[in-house]
Amino acid sequence: MKLRQLFLAALCCALLPAQTPDADAMKAAIQAAQSAGDNAWMLVSAALVLMMTGPGLALFYGGLVRRKNVLNIMVQSFAMQAVITVLWAVIGYSLAFGEACPYMGGFQYIFLNGVGTAPNGDYAATIPQLTFMVYQMMFAIITPALITGAYAERVKFTAMLLFSVLWTLIVYIPLAHMIWGKGGLLNAYLGGKIPVFDFAGGTVVHISSGVSALVCALYLGKRVGYPDQTRPHSLVLCFIGACMLWVGWFGFNAGSALAASGLASSAFVNTHLASATGAIGWAVAEWYRNGRPSVLGIVSGSVAGLATITQSSGFVQPQAAMLIGLTAGIVCYYMVAKVKDKFGYDDSLDAFGVHGVGGTMGCLFTGVFATNKINDALKVNGVPAPLGWVDGNSGQIFNQAIGAAIGIGLAIVGTYLILKLCDILVGLRVEQHQEISGLDVSLHGEEGYNLES
Amino acid sequence: MKKIEAIIQPFKLEEVKEALKAIGVDGMTVTEVRGHGRQKGHKEVYRGREYQVDLLPKVKLELVVSDGRKDEVVKAVVQSARTGKIGDGKIFIYNVEESIRIRNDERGDSAL
Repeated sequence: MKLRQLFLAALCCALLPAQTPDADAMKAAIQAAQSAGDNAWMLVSAALVLMMTGPGLALFYGGLVRRKNVLNIMVQSFAMQAVITVLWAVIGYSLAFGEACPYMGGFQYIFLNGVGTAPNGDYAATIPQLTFMVYQMMFAIITPALITGAYAERVKFTAMLLFSVLWTLIVYIPLAHMIWGKGGLLNAYLGGKIPVFDFAGGTVVHISSGVSALVCALYLGKRVGYPDQTRPHSLVLCFIGACMLWVGWFGFNAGSALAASGLASSAFVNTHLASATGAIGWAVAEWYRNGRPSVLGIVSGSVAGLATITQSSGFVQPQAAMLIGLTAGIVCYYMVAKVKDKFGYDDSLDAFGVHGVGGTMGCLFTGVFATNKINDALKVNGVPAPLGWVDGNSGQIFNQAIGAAIGIGLAIVGTYLILKLCDILVGLRVEQHQEISGLDVSLHGEEGYNLES
Repeated sequence: MKKIEAIIQPFKLEEVKEALKAIGVDGMTVTEVRGHGRQKGHKEVYRGREYQVDLLPKVKLELVVSDGRKDEVVKAVVQSARTGKIGDGKIFIYNVEESIRIRNDERGDSAL
Protein backbone atom coordinates (compact mmCIF):
# COMPACT_ATOMS: atom_id res chain seq x y z
CA MET A 1 0.00 0.00 0.00
CA LYS A 2 2.66 2.40 1.00
CA LEU A 3 4.51 1.87 -2.21
CA ARG A 4 1.38 2.49 -4.18
CA GLN A 5 0.65 5.79 -2.33
CA LEU A 6 4.19 6.94 -2.95
CA PHE A 7 3.81 6.12 -6.60
CA LEU A 8 0.58 8.11 -6.87
CA ALA A 9 2.08 11.09 -5.09
CA ALA A 10 5.03 11.04 -7.46
CA LEU A 11 2.68 10.80 -10.41
CA CYS A 12 0.72 13.81 -9.17
CA CYS A 13 3.90 15.80 -8.74
CA ALA A 14 4.93 14.90 -12.24
CA LEU A 15 1.59 15.89 -13.70
CA LEU A 16 0.99 19.15 -11.79
CA PRO A 17 3.36 21.38 -13.70
CA ALA A 18 1.76 20.13 -16.87
CA GLN A 19 -1.68 21.10 -15.52
CA THR A 20 -0.83 24.74 -14.94
CA PRO A 21 -0.69 25.78 -18.60
CA ASP A 22 -3.97 23.93 -19.09
CA ALA A 23 -5.59 26.02 -16.33
CA ASP A 24 -4.25 29.21 -17.85
CA ALA A 25 -5.55 28.20 -21.23
CA MET A 26 -8.94 27.45 -19.71
CA LYS A 27 -9.01 30.82 -17.95
CA ALA A 28 -8.15 32.56 -21.19
CA ALA A 29 -10.85 30.60 -22.99
CA ILE A 30 -13.42 31.57 -20.35
CA GLN A 31 -12.40 35.22 -20.63
CA ALA A 32 -12.62 35.10 -24.39
CA ALA A 33 -16.07 33.55 -24.19
CA GLN A 34 -17.28 36.18 -21.74
CA SER A 35 -15.81 38.93 -23.85
CA ALA A 36 -17.50 37.56 -26.96
CA GLY A 37 -20.87 37.41 -25.17
CA ASP A 38 -20.53 40.88 -23.68
CA ASN A 39 -19.33 42.40 -26.91
CA ALA A 40 -22.19 40.87 -28.88
CA TRP A 41 -24.75 42.35 -26.49
CA MET A 42 -23.05 45.73 -26.41
CA LEU A 43 -22.87 46.04 -30.19
CA VAL A 44 -26.56 45.18 -30.40
CA SER A 45 -27.28 47.70 -27.64
CA ALA A 46 -25.39 50.42 -29.49
CA ALA A 47 -27.44 49.71 -32.60
CA LEU A 48 -30.66 49.78 -30.54
CA VAL A 49 -29.81 53.21 -29.11
CA LEU A 50 -29.14 54.52 -32.61
CA MET A 51 -32.54 53.17 -33.64
CA MET A 52 -34.07 55.27 -30.87
CA THR A 53 -32.95 58.45 -32.63
CA GLY A 54 -33.75 57.40 -36.17
CA PRO A 55 -36.36 56.24 -36.81
CA GLY A 56 -37.70 56.17 -33.21
CA LEU A 57 -37.50 59.78 -32.11
CA ALA A 58 -37.77 61.07 -35.67
CA LEU A 59 -41.14 59.34 -36.10
CA PHE A 60 -42.35 60.20 -32.61
CA TYR A 61 -41.59 63.88 -33.11
CA GLY A 62 -42.45 63.76 -36.83
CA GLY A 63 -46.04 62.80 -36.10
CA LEU A 64 -46.45 65.56 -33.52
CA VAL A 65 -45.63 68.43 -35.86
CA ARG A 66 -47.79 69.76 -38.65
CA ARG A 67 -47.60 68.18 -42.08
CA LYS A 68 -45.59 71.06 -43.51
CA ASN A 69 -42.72 70.49 -41.05
CA VAL A 70 -42.47 66.71 -40.91
CA LEU A 71 -39.28 66.38 -42.96
CA ASN A 72 -37.57 69.19 -41.11
CA ILE A 73 -38.09 67.68 -37.67
CA MET A 74 -37.09 64.22 -38.88
CA VAL A 75 -33.90 65.38 -40.53
CA GLN A 76 -32.90 67.20 -37.35
CA SER A 77 -32.62 63.81 -35.64
CA PHE A 78 -30.82 62.36 -38.62
CA ALA A 79 -28.44 65.33 -38.74
CA MET A 80 -27.42 64.49 -35.18
CA GLN A 81 -26.58 60.96 -36.32
CA ALA A 82 -24.16 62.43 -38.83
CA VAL A 83 -22.76 65.51 -37.11
CA ILE A 84 -22.45 64.33 -33.51
CA THR A 85 -20.89 61.08 -34.72
CA VAL A 86 -18.01 63.01 -36.27
CA LEU A 87 -17.75 65.36 -33.30
CA TRP A 88 -17.61 62.40 -30.93
CA ALA A 89 -14.91 60.62 -32.91
CA VAL A 90 -12.80 63.76 -33.34
CA ILE A 91 -12.90 65.12 -29.80
CA GLY A 92 -16.09 64.30 -27.92
CA TYR A 93 -15.15 60.86 -26.65
CA SER A 94 -11.79 62.10 -25.42
CA LEU A 95 -13.27 65.08 -23.59
CA ALA A 96 -15.94 62.93 -21.98
CA PHE A 97 -14.01 59.80 -21.08
CA GLY A 98 -10.38 60.88 -21.07
CA GLU A 99 -8.80 61.78 -17.77
CA ALA A 100 -7.91 65.34 -16.87
CA CYS A 101 -9.93 67.20 -14.25
CA PRO A 102 -13.21 66.65 -12.40
CA TYR A 103 -15.20 68.68 -14.93
CA MET A 104 -13.82 67.69 -18.30
CA GLY A 105 -11.76 64.89 -19.83
CA GLY A 106 -8.44 65.27 -21.58
CA PHE A 107 -7.12 64.96 -25.10
CA GLN A 108 -5.59 61.48 -24.98
CA TYR A 109 -8.25 59.86 -27.18
CA ILE A 110 -8.47 62.70 -29.70
CA PHE A 111 -9.28 61.38 -33.21
CA LEU A 112 -9.84 58.04 -31.44
CA ASN A 113 -6.11 57.81 -30.82
CA GLY A 114 -5.45 54.69 -28.75
CA VAL A 115 -9.05 53.53 -28.89
CA GLY A 116 -8.84 50.01 -30.25
CA THR A 117 -9.96 46.47 -29.65
CA ALA A 118 -8.28 46.28 -26.24
CA PRO A 119 -10.69 46.98 -23.38
CA ASN A 120 -10.46 50.09 -21.23
CA GLY A 121 -10.45 48.52 -17.79
CA ASP A 122 -11.69 51.68 -16.07
CA TYR A 123 -15.02 51.56 -17.88
CA ALA A 124 -15.68 48.09 -19.26
CA ALA A 125 -13.08 45.40 -18.81
CA THR A 126 -14.58 42.76 -21.08
CA ILE A 127 -15.40 44.66 -24.28
CA PRO A 128 -13.19 46.46 -26.79
CA GLN A 129 -12.85 50.15 -26.04
CA LEU A 130 -14.13 50.74 -29.57
CA THR A 131 -17.42 49.16 -28.54
CA PHE A 132 -17.61 51.32 -25.41
CA MET A 133 -16.79 54.41 -27.46
CA VAL A 134 -19.45 53.74 -30.10
CA TYR A 135 -22.05 52.85 -27.48
CA GLN A 136 -21.45 56.17 -25.71
CA MET A 137 -21.55 57.90 -29.08
CA MET A 138 -25.16 56.83 -29.54
CA PHE A 139 -26.06 58.56 -26.25
CA ALA A 140 -24.35 61.75 -27.39
CA ILE A 141 -26.42 61.58 -30.60
CA ILE A 142 -29.84 61.16 -29.05
CA THR A 143 -29.45 63.82 -26.36
CA PRO A 144 -29.35 66.93 -28.59
CA ALA A 145 -31.92 65.20 -30.82
CA LEU A 146 -34.32 65.20 -27.84
CA ILE A 147 -34.00 68.99 -27.56
CA THR A 148 -35.20 69.47 -31.14
CA GLY A 149 -38.72 68.89 -29.82
CA ALA A 150 -38.60 72.23 -28.02
CA TYR A 151 -37.81 74.48 -30.97
CA ALA A 152 -39.63 72.42 -33.57
CA GLU A 153 -41.32 74.11 -36.52
CA ARG A 154 -39.53 77.45 -36.19
CA VAL A 155 -35.74 77.11 -35.90
CA LYS A 156 -33.23 77.72 -38.68
CA PHE A 157 -31.36 74.63 -39.82
CA THR A 158 -28.01 76.38 -39.46
CA ALA A 159 -28.87 77.53 -35.95
CA MET A 160 -29.97 74.02 -35.03
CA LEU A 161 -26.68 72.52 -36.24
CA LEU A 162 -24.51 75.12 -34.53
CA PHE A 163 -26.52 74.92 -31.34
CA SER A 164 -26.32 71.14 -31.23
CA VAL A 165 -22.55 71.02 -31.72
CA LEU A 166 -21.87 73.71 -29.12
CA TRP A 167 -24.40 72.19 -26.72
CA THR A 168 -22.74 68.78 -26.95
CA LEU A 169 -19.34 70.34 -26.22
CA ILE A 170 -20.43 72.71 -23.47
CA VAL A 171 -23.28 70.93 -21.69
CA TYR A 172 -23.36 67.24 -22.57
CA ILE A 173 -19.68 66.34 -22.47
CA PRO A 174 -18.83 68.02 -19.14
CA LEU A 175 -21.89 66.42 -17.57
CA ALA A 176 -21.05 62.99 -19.00
CA HIS A 177 -17.50 63.37 -17.73
CA MET A 178 -18.57 64.49 -14.27
CA ILE A 179 -20.90 61.53 -13.82
CA TRP A 180 -19.32 58.73 -15.86
CA GLY A 181 -15.75 59.82 -16.65
CA LYS A 182 -12.74 58.69 -14.65
CA GLY A 183 -12.05 61.24 -11.93
CA GLY A 184 -15.33 63.05 -12.66
CA LEU A 185 -16.75 65.20 -9.86
CA LEU A 186 -19.92 63.13 -9.46
CA ASN A 187 -18.57 59.70 -10.40
CA ALA A 188 -19.53 57.27 -7.63
CA TYR A 189 -17.10 54.59 -8.85
CA LEU A 190 -14.02 56.28 -10.26
CA GLY A 191 -12.89 58.82 -7.70
CA GLY A 192 -15.64 61.44 -7.66
CA LYS A 193 -16.11 63.75 -4.67
CA ILE A 194 -19.90 63.53 -4.65
CA PRO A 195 -21.19 60.06 -5.52
CA VAL A 196 -24.20 60.31 -7.85
CA PHE A 197 -25.75 57.14 -9.24
CA ASP A 198 -26.78 57.50 -12.86
CA PHE A 199 -27.04 54.10 -14.45
CA ALA A 200 -28.07 55.01 -17.98
CA GLY A 201 -28.17 58.79 -18.18
CA GLY A 202 -31.20 60.10 -16.31
CA THR A 203 -29.16 63.18 -15.46
CA VAL A 204 -26.66 63.13 -18.32
CA VAL A 205 -29.29 62.66 -21.03
CA HIS A 206 -32.77 63.47 -19.76
CA ILE A 207 -32.30 66.27 -17.24
CA SER A 208 -29.75 67.96 -19.48
CA SER A 209 -31.85 67.78 -22.64
CA GLY A 210 -35.19 68.38 -20.93
CA VAL A 211 -34.11 71.50 -19.03
CA SER A 212 -32.27 72.84 -22.07
CA ALA A 213 -35.45 72.28 -24.05
CA LEU A 214 -37.35 74.54 -21.67
CA VAL A 215 -34.72 77.25 -22.04
CA CYS A 216 -34.94 76.95 -25.83
CA ALA A 217 -38.74 77.14 -25.78
CA LEU A 218 -38.67 80.26 -23.60
CA TYR A 219 -35.91 81.92 -25.63
CA LEU A 220 -37.42 81.25 -29.06
CA GLY A 221 -40.99 82.09 -28.17
CA LYS A 222 -44.15 80.55 -29.51
CA ARG A 223 -44.83 79.23 -32.97
CA VAL A 224 -47.04 81.26 -35.28
CA GLY A 225 -50.53 79.90 -34.73
CA TYR A 226 -49.80 78.44 -31.29
CA PRO A 227 -51.81 77.03 -29.64
CA ASP A 228 -54.93 76.80 -31.79
CA GLN A 229 -53.39 75.78 -35.10
CA THR A 230 -50.73 73.34 -34.00
CA ARG A 231 -52.62 70.07 -34.01
CA PRO A 232 -50.32 67.02 -34.56
CA HIS A 233 -50.55 65.75 -38.12
CA SER A 234 -50.11 62.00 -37.71
CA LEU A 235 -50.49 60.04 -34.52
CA VAL A 236 -49.78 56.92 -36.55
CA LEU A 237 -46.17 58.07 -37.02
CA CYS A 238 -46.05 58.99 -33.32
CA PHE A 239 -47.29 55.57 -32.37
CA ILE A 240 -44.71 53.72 -34.45
CA GLY A 241 -41.96 55.97 -33.08
CA ALA A 242 -43.02 55.35 -29.49
CA CYS A 243 -42.98 51.59 -30.05
CA MET A 244 -39.44 51.84 -31.40
CA LEU A 245 -38.38 53.98 -28.45
CA TRP A 246 -39.67 51.34 -26.03
CA VAL A 247 -37.63 48.60 -27.74
CA GLY A 248 -34.59 50.80 -28.24
CA TRP A 249 -34.61 51.71 -24.58
CA PHE A 250 -33.59 48.14 -23.74
CA GLY A 251 -30.28 48.92 -25.42
CA PHE A 252 -30.13 52.25 -23.64
CA ASN A 253 -30.74 50.95 -20.12
CA ALA A 254 -29.88 47.24 -20.12
CA GLY A 255 -26.89 48.01 -22.32
CA SER A 256 -25.64 50.39 -19.64
CA ALA A 257 -24.62 47.32 -17.63
CA LEU A 258 -21.82 47.26 -20.25
CA ALA A 259 -21.97 43.45 -20.16
CA ALA A 260 -24.43 40.65 -20.90
CA SER A 261 -24.81 40.21 -17.16
CA GLY A 262 -27.46 39.61 -14.54
CA LEU A 263 -27.43 43.36 -13.99
CA ALA A 264 -28.38 43.83 -17.64
CA SER A 265 -31.38 41.54 -17.09
CA SER A 266 -32.33 43.55 -14.03
CA ALA A 267 -32.17 46.83 -15.95
CA PHE A 268 -34.05 45.26 -18.87
CA VAL A 269 -36.94 44.14 -16.66
CA ASN A 270 -37.06 47.44 -14.75
CA THR A 271 -37.15 49.35 -18.02
CA HIS A 272 -40.00 47.27 -19.34
CA LEU A 273 -42.02 47.52 -16.13
CA ALA A 274 -41.62 51.29 -15.86
CA SER A 275 -42.67 51.78 -19.46
CA ALA A 276 -45.80 49.71 -18.86
CA THR A 277 -46.78 51.45 -15.63
CA GLY A 278 -45.94 54.84 -17.13
CA ALA A 279 -48.42 54.19 -19.94
CA ILE A 280 -51.04 53.08 -17.40
CA GLY A 281 -50.40 56.10 -15.14
CA TRP A 282 -50.79 58.68 -17.90
CA ALA A 283 -53.81 56.94 -19.40
CA VAL A 284 -55.62 56.68 -16.06
CA ALA A 285 -54.89 60.31 -15.17
CA GLU A 286 -56.18 61.47 -18.55
CA TRP A 287 -59.18 59.14 -18.46
CA TYR A 288 -60.06 60.54 -15.05
CA ARG A 289 -59.70 64.16 -16.12
CA ASN A 290 -60.94 64.07 -19.71
CA GLY A 291 -63.24 61.10 -19.70
CA ARG A 292 -61.25 59.45 -22.51
CA PRO A 293 -57.90 57.67 -22.73
CA SER A 294 -56.03 59.08 -25.72
CA VAL A 295 -53.60 57.16 -27.89
CA LEU A 296 -51.04 59.95 -27.68
CA GLY A 297 -51.44 59.92 -23.90
CA ILE A 298 -50.83 56.20 -23.58
CA VAL A 299 -47.66 56.27 -25.68
CA SER A 300 -46.42 59.49 -24.04
CA GLY A 301 -46.86 57.82 -20.65
CA SER A 302 -44.65 54.98 -21.74
CA VAL A 303 -41.93 57.42 -22.85
CA ALA A 304 -42.27 59.26 -19.52
CA GLY A 305 -41.88 55.97 -17.63
CA LEU A 306 -38.82 55.09 -19.70
CA ALA A 307 -37.16 58.48 -19.22
CA THR A 308 -37.80 58.34 -15.50
CA ILE A 309 -36.52 54.80 -14.90
CA THR A 310 -33.32 55.45 -16.87
CA GLN A 311 -31.26 56.74 -13.98
CA SER A 312 -32.21 53.96 -11.57
CA SER A 313 -32.72 51.12 -14.04
CA GLY A 314 -29.66 49.20 -12.83
CA PHE A 315 -30.06 50.00 -9.15
CA VAL A 316 -33.61 49.24 -8.06
CA GLN A 317 -35.91 46.28 -7.44
CA PRO A 318 -38.68 45.59 -9.97
CA GLN A 319 -41.36 46.69 -7.49
CA ALA A 320 -39.70 50.09 -7.21
CA ALA A 321 -39.46 50.29 -10.99
CA MET A 322 -43.22 49.81 -11.29
CA LEU A 323 -43.87 52.57 -8.76
CA ILE A 324 -41.40 54.91 -10.47
CA GLY A 325 -43.04 54.37 -13.86
CA LEU A 326 -46.55 54.88 -12.53
CA THR A 327 -45.59 58.11 -10.77
CA ALA A 328 -43.84 59.33 -13.91
CA GLY A 329 -46.93 58.76 -16.05
CA ILE A 330 -49.19 60.69 -13.72
CA VAL A 331 -46.82 63.58 -12.91
CA CYS A 332 -45.67 64.11 -16.50
CA TYR A 333 -49.30 64.18 -17.64
CA TYR A 334 -50.08 67.01 -15.24
CA MET A 335 -46.91 68.84 -16.20
CA VAL A 336 -47.73 68.68 -19.89
CA ALA A 337 -51.49 69.17 -19.73
CA LYS A 338 -51.81 71.66 -16.87
CA VAL A 339 -48.55 73.33 -15.90
CA LYS A 340 -47.45 74.10 -19.45
CA ASP A 341 -50.77 75.81 -20.15
CA LYS A 342 -50.54 77.80 -16.96
CA PHE A 343 -47.15 79.25 -17.88
CA GLY A 344 -47.94 79.44 -21.58
CA TYR A 345 -44.53 78.45 -22.97
CA ASP A 346 -44.45 76.57 -26.27
CA ASP A 347 -42.37 73.47 -25.49
CA SER A 348 -43.67 72.23 -28.79
CA LEU A 349 -43.26 68.47 -28.38
CA ASP A 350 -42.97 68.41 -24.57
CA ALA A 351 -39.28 67.59 -24.29
CA PHE A 352 -39.20 69.38 -20.93
CA GLY A 353 -42.49 68.03 -19.61
CA VAL A 354 -41.47 64.45 -20.30
CA HIS A 355 -37.66 64.29 -20.22
CA GLY A 356 -36.81 67.18 -17.92
CA VAL A 357 -39.47 66.41 -15.35
CA GLY A 358 -39.12 62.63 -15.66
CA GLY A 359 -35.32 62.81 -15.53
CA THR A 360 -35.34 64.96 -12.39
CA MET A 361 -37.84 62.69 -10.65
CA GLY A 362 -35.82 59.65 -11.68
CA CYS A 363 -32.64 61.16 -10.26
CA LEU A 364 -34.24 61.64 -6.86
CA PHE A 365 -36.00 58.27 -6.96
CA THR A 366 -32.58 56.67 -7.43
CA GLY A 367 -31.50 58.09 -4.09
CA VAL A 368 -34.54 56.51 -2.49
CA PHE A 369 -34.70 53.08 -4.10
CA ALA A 370 -31.12 52.19 -5.15
CA THR A 371 -30.08 48.99 -3.42
CA ASN A 372 -26.99 46.79 -3.30
CA LYS A 373 -29.26 43.76 -3.58
CA ILE A 374 -29.47 44.64 -7.27
CA ASN A 375 -26.16 46.39 -7.87
CA ASP A 376 -23.21 45.46 -5.63
CA ALA A 377 -20.49 47.02 -7.77
CA LEU A 378 -19.75 49.74 -5.22
CA LYS A 379 -17.70 48.18 -2.44
CA VAL A 380 -16.26 49.56 0.78
CA ASN A 381 -13.57 47.32 2.29
CA GLY A 382 -14.69 44.51 0.03
CA VAL A 383 -18.30 44.66 1.21
CA PRO A 384 -21.13 46.04 -0.98
CA ALA A 385 -21.84 49.59 0.18
CA PRO A 386 -25.38 50.70 1.02
CA LEU A 387 -26.69 52.70 -1.94
CA GLY A 388 -30.00 54.47 -1.41
CA TRP A 389 -32.46 55.20 1.35
CA VAL A 390 -33.83 51.64 1.24
CA ASP A 391 -30.31 50.46 2.15
CA GLY A 392 -30.25 52.90 5.07
CA ASN A 393 -28.21 55.53 3.22
CA SER A 394 -30.70 58.40 3.30
CA GLY A 395 -27.93 60.92 2.52
CA GLN A 396 -27.85 59.60 -1.04
CA ILE A 397 -31.06 61.50 -1.80
CA PHE A 398 -29.12 64.66 -1.05
CA ASN A 399 -26.24 63.55 -3.30
CA GLN A 400 -28.69 62.84 -6.10
CA ALA A 401 -30.25 66.27 -5.59
CA ILE A 402 -26.83 67.86 -5.97
CA GLY A 403 -26.29 65.87 -9.16
CA ALA A 404 -29.65 67.00 -10.51
CA ALA A 405 -28.97 70.60 -9.49
CA ILE A 406 -25.61 70.61 -11.26
CA GLY A 407 -27.25 69.13 -14.35
CA ILE A 408 -30.06 71.69 -14.26
CA GLY A 409 -27.69 74.60 -13.59
CA LEU A 410 -25.30 73.65 -16.36
CA ALA A 411 -28.19 73.13 -18.78
CA ILE A 412 -29.76 76.51 -18.01
CA VAL A 413 -26.58 78.57 -18.13
CA GLY A 414 -24.93 76.65 -20.98
CA THR A 415 -28.03 76.59 -23.16
CA TYR A 416 -28.79 80.27 -22.61
CA LEU A 417 -25.26 81.33 -23.55
CA ILE A 418 -25.20 79.07 -26.61
CA LEU A 419 -28.58 80.37 -27.79
CA LYS A 420 -27.36 83.93 -27.36
CA LEU A 421 -24.25 83.16 -29.39
CA CYS A 422 -26.19 81.37 -32.14
CA ASP A 423 -28.67 84.23 -32.24
CA ILE A 424 -25.85 86.70 -32.84
CA LEU A 425 -23.95 84.53 -35.33
CA VAL A 426 -26.70 83.07 -37.53
CA GLY A 427 -30.08 84.04 -36.03
CA LEU A 428 -32.34 81.45 -34.44
CA ARG A 429 -35.78 81.72 -35.98
CA VAL A 430 -36.78 81.45 -39.59
CA GLU A 431 -38.61 84.34 -41.25
CA GLN A 432 -42.30 84.43 -40.46
CA HIS A 433 -43.32 83.74 -44.06
CA GLN A 434 -41.06 80.67 -44.06
CA GLU A 435 -42.64 79.46 -40.86
CA ILE A 436 -46.11 79.90 -42.31
CA SER A 437 -45.35 78.10 -45.55
CA GLY A 438 -43.61 75.36 -43.58
CA LEU A 439 -39.96 74.51 -43.07
CA ASP A 440 -40.04 71.55 -45.47
CA VAL A 441 -40.61 73.77 -48.47
CA SER A 442 -38.85 76.90 -47.24
CA LEU A 443 -35.68 75.31 -45.82
CA HIS A 444 -35.32 72.06 -47.76
CA GLY A 445 -37.31 72.60 -50.96
CA GLU A 446 -39.18 69.35 -50.43
CA GLU A 447 -42.48 68.09 -49.11
CA GLY A 448 -43.19 65.10 -46.91
CA TYR A 449 -46.28 63.98 -48.76
CA ASN A 450 -46.56 64.48 -52.50
CA LEU A 451 -49.89 62.76 -52.81
CA GLU A 452 -50.55 63.91 -56.34
CA SER A 453 -47.29 62.59 -57.78
CA MET B 1 -79.23 68.71 -68.53
CA LYS B 2 -78.81 69.12 -64.80
CA LYS B 3 -75.77 68.84 -62.61
CA ILE B 4 -76.57 67.32 -59.23
CA GLU B 5 -74.02 68.09 -56.56
CA ALA B 6 -74.55 66.20 -53.32
CA ILE B 7 -72.44 66.69 -50.20
CA ILE B 8 -72.94 63.67 -47.98
CA GLN B 9 -71.54 61.81 -45.01
CA PRO B 10 -68.48 59.80 -46.09
CA PHE B 11 -69.83 56.58 -44.57
CA LYS B 12 -72.97 56.88 -46.72
CA LEU B 13 -71.08 56.84 -50.02
CA GLU B 14 -71.41 53.11 -50.64
CA GLU B 15 -75.19 53.15 -50.05
CA VAL B 16 -75.65 56.13 -52.34
CA LYS B 17 -73.59 54.49 -55.05
CA GLU B 18 -75.69 51.34 -54.76
CA ALA B 19 -78.92 53.32 -54.96
CA LEU B 20 -77.75 55.19 -58.08
CA LYS B 21 -76.60 51.99 -59.69
CA ALA B 22 -80.04 50.48 -59.01
CA ILE B 23 -81.76 53.20 -61.05
CA GLY B 24 -79.20 52.93 -63.84
CA VAL B 25 -76.96 55.94 -63.23
CA ASP B 26 -73.48 54.88 -64.21
CA GLY B 27 -71.35 58.01 -64.18
CA MET B 28 -70.28 60.14 -61.27
CA THR B 29 -67.34 62.06 -59.80
CA VAL B 30 -66.52 61.72 -56.10
CA THR B 31 -64.27 64.08 -54.13
CA GLU B 32 -63.20 63.99 -50.50
CA VAL B 33 -63.93 67.44 -49.13
CA ARG B 34 -64.11 69.15 -45.75
CA GLY B 35 -66.74 71.52 -44.51
CA HIS B 36 -69.57 72.16 -42.13
CA GLY B 37 -73.09 73.47 -42.05
CA ARG B 38 -75.13 73.55 -38.87
CA GLN B 39 -73.42 70.48 -37.53
CA LYS B 40 -70.31 72.49 -36.63
CA GLY B 41 -67.18 70.59 -35.67
CA HIS B 42 -65.94 68.56 -32.77
CA LYS B 43 -63.21 68.79 -30.15
CA GLU B 44 -59.95 66.84 -30.19
CA VAL B 45 -57.56 66.65 -27.24
CA TYR B 46 -53.80 66.16 -27.64
CA ARG B 47 -51.77 65.97 -24.44
CA GLY B 48 -54.46 67.85 -22.58
CA ARG B 49 -54.78 70.63 -25.14
CA GLU B 50 -58.15 71.01 -26.80
CA TYR B 51 -58.45 71.74 -30.49
CA GLN B 52 -61.74 72.80 -32.07
CA VAL B 53 -62.04 71.03 -35.41
CA ASP B 54 -64.56 73.02 -37.47
CA LEU B 55 -64.23 71.42 -40.86
CA LEU B 56 -65.40 67.83 -40.95
CA PRO B 57 -64.63 65.28 -43.62
CA LYS B 58 -67.42 64.97 -46.19
CA VAL B 59 -67.81 63.45 -49.63
CA LYS B 60 -68.91 65.49 -52.64
CA LEU B 61 -70.72 63.59 -55.35
CA GLU B 62 -71.21 65.23 -58.75
CA LEU B 63 -73.27 63.82 -61.59
CA VAL B 64 -74.92 65.26 -64.67
CA VAL B 65 -78.21 63.77 -65.89
CA SER B 66 -80.81 64.55 -68.50
CA ASP B 67 -83.63 66.88 -67.38
CA GLY B 68 -86.11 64.03 -67.22
CA ARG B 69 -84.07 61.96 -64.81
CA LYS B 70 -83.39 64.73 -62.31
CA ASP B 71 -86.18 63.94 -59.83
CA GLU B 72 -85.60 60.20 -59.54
CA VAL B 73 -81.86 60.69 -59.09
CA VAL B 74 -82.39 63.29 -56.38
CA LYS B 75 -84.89 60.99 -54.68
CA ALA B 76 -82.40 58.09 -54.76
CA VAL B 77 -79.63 60.22 -53.23
CA VAL B 78 -81.88 61.69 -50.53
CA GLN B 79 -83.26 58.31 -49.50
CA SER B 80 -79.92 56.54 -49.40
CA ALA B 81 -77.90 59.35 -47.75
CA ARG B 82 -80.39 60.25 -45.04
CA THR B 83 -79.84 59.29 -41.38
CA GLY B 84 -82.19 61.95 -40.02
CA LYS B 85 -79.49 63.60 -37.98
CA ILE B 86 -77.68 66.92 -38.34
CA GLY B 87 -74.76 66.55 -40.74
CA ASP B 88 -76.48 64.53 -43.46
CA GLY B 89 -75.46 67.11 -46.05
CA LYS B 90 -77.07 69.01 -48.92
CA ILE B 91 -77.89 68.70 -52.61
CA PHE B 92 -77.48 71.52 -55.12
CA ILE B 93 -78.84 71.41 -58.67
CA TYR B 94 -77.43 73.45 -61.56
CA ASN B 95 -78.39 73.91 -65.19
CA VAL B 96 -75.79 72.54 -67.56
CA GLU B 97 -75.25 74.27 -70.89
CA GLU B 98 -73.51 71.53 -72.77
CA SER B 99 -71.75 68.22 -72.35
CA ILE B 100 -69.09 66.88 -74.67
CA ARG B 101 -67.56 63.42 -74.81
CA ILE B 102 -63.87 64.03 -75.36
CA ARG B 103 -63.29 60.70 -77.15
CA ASN B 104 -65.58 61.37 -80.11
CA ASP B 105 -66.94 64.91 -79.75
CA GLU B 106 -70.46 63.61 -79.07
CA ARG B 107 -72.72 66.36 -77.62
CA GLY B 108 -75.81 66.72 -75.42
CA ASP B 109 -77.73 63.98 -73.61
CA SER B 110 -76.01 61.24 -75.58
CA ALA B 111 -72.64 62.35 -74.19
CA LEU B 112 -73.75 61.72 -70.61
